[in-house]
Amino acid sequence: MEIRKGIPVSPGLAIAPAIVLDSEQFRIPRRSIAAEEVEGELARFRQAVEGAQGEIRELREHVARDVGEELGAIFDVQDALMADKRLHEEVRELVEREHYAAEYAVSTVLKAYARKFLKLPNRYMAERVADVYDIEKRLLRHLIGAKRETLGRLTEPVIVIAHDLTPSQTASLDRSKILAFATDGGGRTSHTTIVARAMSIPAVVGLQTITADVSGGDMVVVDGNRGLVIINPDEETISRFHETEQRFRRMEESLGNLKDLPAVTQDGHEVALWGNIEFPHDVEMCLARGASGIGLYRTEFLYLDREDDPTEEDHYQAYAEAIEALDGRPITIRTCDLGADKFTHLSGDYDERNPFLGFRSIRFSLQHIGLFRTQLRAVLRASVLGPTRLMFPLVTNLKELRQAKMILADVREDLEEEAIPFDRDLAIGIMVEVPSAALMARNFARECDFFSIGTNDLVQYTLAVDRSNERVAGLYTAGHPAVLRLIREVVQAACDADIQVAVCGEMAGEPMYTVLLIGLGVHALSVSPATLLEVKKVIRSVTMDQAREVTDKIFSFDSDREVDAYLSELTRRLLPEMAV
Amino acid sequence: MPTRDIEITNATGLHARPAQRFAEIAARFRSRVRVRRGDETVNGKSLWEMLLLVAPPGTILHVEVEGDDAEACLKELTELLRDPDNEQADS
Repeated sequence: MEIRKGIPVSPGLAIAPAIVLDSEQFRIPRRSIAAEEVEGELARFRQAVEGAQGEIRELREHVARDVGEELGAIFDVQDALMADKRLHEEVRELVEREHYAAEYAVSTVLKAYARKFLKLPNRYMAERVADVYDIEKRLLRHLIGAKRETLGRLTEPVIVIAHDLTPSQTASLDRSKILAFATDGGGRTSHTTIVARAMSIPAVVGLQTITADVSGGDMVVVDGNRGLVIINPDEETISRFHETEQRFRRMEESLGNLKDLPAVTQDGHEVALWGNIEFPHDVEMCLARGASGIGLYRTEFLYLDREDDPTEEDHYQAYAEAIEALDGRPITIRTCDLGADKFTHLSGDYDERNPFLGFRSIRFSLQHIGLFRTQLRAVLRASVLGPTRLMFPLVTNLKELRQAKMILADVREDLEEEAIPFDRDLAIGIMVEVPSAALMARNFARECDFFSIGTNDLVQYTLAVDRSNERVAGLYTAGHPAVLRLIREVVQAACDADIQVAVCGEMAGEPMYTVLLIGLGVHALSVSPATLLEVKKVIRSVTMDQAREVTDKIFSFDSDREVDAYLSELTRRLLPEMAV
Repeated sequence: MPTRDIEITNATGLHARPAQRFAEIAARFRSRVRVRRGDETVNGKSLWEMLLLVAPPGTILHVEVEGDDAEACLKELTELLRDPDNEQADS
C-alpha cells in the first residue's frame, strides 16, 4: 500500500481499478494467464523486444546518417536497456511467479524503474525517464498494438490516472464508467478539475509522479476531500474507506433536502443560483441538484476532438438540447473560449510563448469571423426556444465588445432577411475576467446588459500566477485583497448602471466565499453542479445585514491569509457538517 | 575478493554511455560485480541499475568483484572508470 498526497480539487471518494493514460492513451489491462501459458507469454515478450530493438536500430541508422553518428549513438542506450538481462529476469519472474500477462509484467517492471529514475537529481532524471517511457511504449505497441483498448468503450468502472487530462481526452471519455481522476500536473482550476467538478466525481491533481506510481489494474482509492491517492490499499484501509464514504453520502443526503428550496437569505433576499456546464446533457445534473438555470455554458467543447469545424447545425442542436432541458429556466451561452489550454485543429502548431496572454477566446473569434458568425447564428436561432443570454469571454477593451456586437448585428440582419425567428431582446454580456475590464467596468456597463465575473482568469491575471504550475499554485487565491477590490468595483459599477452581475468562476462555488459575494451585492452565482447544494445552504443561513457586515470586515484586511482564515472560520460555523 | 574505490574524474561524470560500457564489460565476466555509491549498491552487470548510479565528477564509486576471473574483470572496469569518455576504449 502506498499513499500519495496531491491537491484535492473535486470532493468525494472512490475506489476502483486504475487505467493509466499515457500520451498514446494506451490502457494496460491487468491480465493474468494460466500456468500453461507462461512459455507462450515469455516468447511474446522476447518477440516484442526483438521487434522493438529492430525499430531502434533502424532509427539509429537513420539518425546517424541524417544528423550524425553522435546523435545516432543515443539510441544505443535504449537498445542495450532492452537487451539487458536484468530486465528479462524481472519480467520472467512476474510472468512465471505471478502469472502476469507479458504486457502487464513489462508495464509493472518499467514503471518501477521510472519511479526510481524520477528520484534522481533533475538533470539526469529527465532523459532517463524519457528513455523508460519510450521503451515501454515500444514494447507495449508490439505486445498489445493490435488489440489496444480505447477509452470510448470501457466495460467496468475505473479511476483515470493521467499526466494532465487534455480537453480532447476528456471529450472522448466514456463518462458513465469513470469514478475519479488523479493526475501528475494540474491545479485547482485546470481542465481536469473543471471536468471532474462538472461530472461531480472526486479528483486529486498535482501528484507529480502518479502515472509512474500506478500500473493499470492496480486498485486505487481517490480521496477528493483530503487530496489523497492510495495505491493497492490494504483490507483495513478499504473498510475505513467504506465508512467514510457512507458518512459523505449521509452529508449529501442531508443537503439533498435543500434541493427544492429556494436560494434565499434568512431575510428573504433571493440569489440566482445557477450551474456551469460543458455539455448539454450536464443540464440534467444541475437541475437534479436544484439549479434555477445555467449561468455558464462553455461551448468550446463543440470545437474539440474533431478535424473539421462544427457546423451551424451542430451548434444549434447542442443549444436547443440544453435550452429545452431547462424548460423555461434561463441559460447564458458563452462564445468559444479556445486557445490558452484548449486547442482545436485551427490553433495550428504555432507555439505561443505565453498562451494565456496570447491568441485565445474573443481574440480568436474576432479573427475567425466565419466561425464566430456560425456560432452566433446558432445561438440566435436557439434563443426562441427559451430565455437565452449571450456572453463574450476575455474582453479586455471596449473595441472588442463593439466589434463583437457589430458582427452580431450583422448576423441578426441576415436572419431577418431570411425570415428566421430569433429573440430580439437577447441580452448581451461580457465575462469580466481581466483586470482591465474590471477597472473599466463602468464604461462596459453602459454598453452591455450584464456582467459575469470569471474569477479563475481574474485571479491569475491579477496576481500573475499560472494556475496550473504546481510550484506557484499556492500563490493563487481568490481571497487576495486586490482581487476582492476588483470584484467590488465590478459589482458596484453593475449596480449603479442597473445591470445584472453574476460570478461564474470556481470562487462562486466555494462555500467559503459565498457570504462575501452576496454581501457585495452579486445577483447570481453560477457554480459547478457538485457545489450547488453547499452554496445554497450557506445562502440560506445568513441575512443580508450579516453578509454586508462580513464583507466590511473582509475589506479591513490587507492579506489573503487574514481573509481566508476569517472566511474558513465563518464557514465552519455556518456549515459545521462540512468540516472534515 | 578484489575491491577498488575509483574516483570519477572526467568532466561529464558517469553518464549513460560509460554506464552502458561498464555493464557490457561486467557482463563478459563470470564474476559477480557490485557497485556502491554511498549506501546504494547495484548490480554492475545491469545497465538499468547502473543508470541509477549517475555520478557527477568527483564521485567515488566502490567496485566489488567476486569470482574466479575477478582480477581481470576489475582491471578492465577500473580502466574504463578512470577514462569513461575515451571512445577508443570501446571500439
